Amino acid sequence: MITLSIFSNIHQWLLGVLPDESTVHVVELITIALVYLALFALTGLFLVYAERRIAGFFQLRLGPNRVGPFGLFQTLADALKLVSKELTGTVKADKFLYHLAPYFVIISALVTLSIIPFSQEIQVFDIDIGIFFFAAVSSLGVIGIFLAGWSSNNKYSLIGGMRTGLQMVSYELSIGMAIVTIVLLSGTLQMSQIIEAQRHTWNIFQGHISSLIAFMVIMIASTAETNRTPFDLVEAESELGAGFHTEYSGMNFAYFFLAEFINMFISATIIVVLFFGGWLSPFGITDGIPFMGAFWFILKVAFIIFLFMWFRWTFPRLRIDQVLKLEWKYLLPINIVNVVFMAFLVWMGLTL
Amino acid sequence: MSYIGEITGGIKSLLMGMSVTGKYFLINFFTRRDVITEQYPDNINTLKMFDRFRGEVVMWHNENNEHRCTGCSACERACPNGTIEILWKKVVNPETGKGRRAIDKHIYHLGMCTMCGLCIEACPTNAIEWGQEYHHPTYDRTKLTKVLNKPGSKLMQGTKE
Ligand code: SF4
Ligand code: SF4
Repeated sequence: MITLSIFSNIHQWLLGVLPDESTVHVVELITIALVYLALFALTGLFLVYAERRIAGFFQLRLGPNRVGPFGLFQTLADALKLVSKELTGTVKADKFLYHLAPYFVIISALVTLSIIPFSQEIQVFDIDIGIFFFAAVSSLGVIGIFLAGWSSNNKYSLIGGMRTGLQMVSYELSIGMAIVTIVLLSGTLQMSQIIEAQRHTWNIFQGHISSLIAFMVIMIASTAETNRTPFDLVEAESELGAGFHTEYSGMNFAYFFLAEFINMFISATIIVVLFFGGWLSPFGITDGIPFMGAFWFILKVAFIIFLFMWFRWTFPRLRIDQVLKLEWKYLLPINIVNVVFMAFLVWMGLTL
Repeated sequence: MSYIGEITGGIKSLLMGMSVTGKYFLINFFTRRDVITEQYPDNINTLKMFDRFRGEVVMWHNENNEHRCTGCSACERACPNGTIEILWKKVVNPETGKGRRAIDKHIYHLGMCTMCGLCIEACPTNAIEWGQEYHHPTYDRTKLTKVLNKPGSKLMQGTKE
């Protein structure tokens, strides 16, 4: 749970107000859940705005700049529009699964948020199998996308959903392998300890070339995992309408959209935790100043997200066979060799 | 060996692509140098269209209010959707006393024009050309029907018929 002093004050106060400890616990959990929900709705909105704005500069445009200062409220206005829209659907859709699918996607994204360490003190759920928990829960999202594609009863949705199955299941392997490489290096699965193990050097430097390869692999695989260009053939606009969410409107569509951006945020945080020392400041320059951990963390995450966006506006979309070739013929073999190499480095004590 | 070569080649080309787009991003993020967006309603008074912009078909007139249109109606026949109508009148040549046809009204229905440019290509005397005006909205669609030859204008001397 969150261990910041201000929060323990609140904890004490709640203990005084409420009858017993378990009620306090439930109240705290609900409060944190609501705060996270609100926070990440805002994060998602901001990321959509940032994406559009950055895309603008890449394409020699300006991007949204009309609503509010620098167009900051543009995505808020879009979200309001989506909320106010009617929920339509196809007549022959499988109603139950059709309405269930967006919740799979958004809930798996939100659950993963709980293990993210924003700073030394701010982490909701510091479970000892943290990174494993991430790998397990994040792959639940595939089911949602798959269900959406299947239950819409629309051939574009179905093709989009099938492609997701192929792509996300394949690239999950690469992410897992890259994570294993780093777990070998730091010798733990717990998020806070992975970060703590990087106090003298970040993992990306600790493991020499092996870390670098793992970093590159996880960057590529995360891009594929979040269905972003150049791996966006799940919703390839020019071929499939909107892919698996063709038949969704209003809030259900917004859930998919938000989940995509939250997933990107989560991928970036995982990369930051694994390779760039999470909330640790470079060379320990701001140790001791409160809240600097969160600052460095957000800064690093923003950089990784910018890298994702840079990929998106540079590379053209891959064909489905190229996607699979990239995974099974290049990333996975390289990754396996890399894991062995890293194990060798750790065994011989050659890491920094 | 070609396996490794493929990978390094791939990475190299990806990085090359990223350096190009990254350069444009940095330039435009900090200086907006290459941004081509026109913020339309704000700059409505200063906005000028580029030369090749197809805003409407206009007829060229010189300073003596003379044009080059002979009224041959090649443009009328070339137009795929009947946008142009040519009305003739009879003028009498004062020296020979012989009458012959000349342009009375070159009528152009802007509302129907698809800006395909076939009329301009068809004109044997280059009498019509593209205008760069882009701001066409009116409250009355009869205003979209224009007479291209200005009132009182006549055929320029020396135009080959
Ligand atoms: S541009 Fe095309 S549509 Fe317009 S008047 Fe000329 S021929 Fe007709
Ligand atoms: S505009 Fe050109 S093509 Fe049309 S009637 Fe006049 S001379 Fe002929």
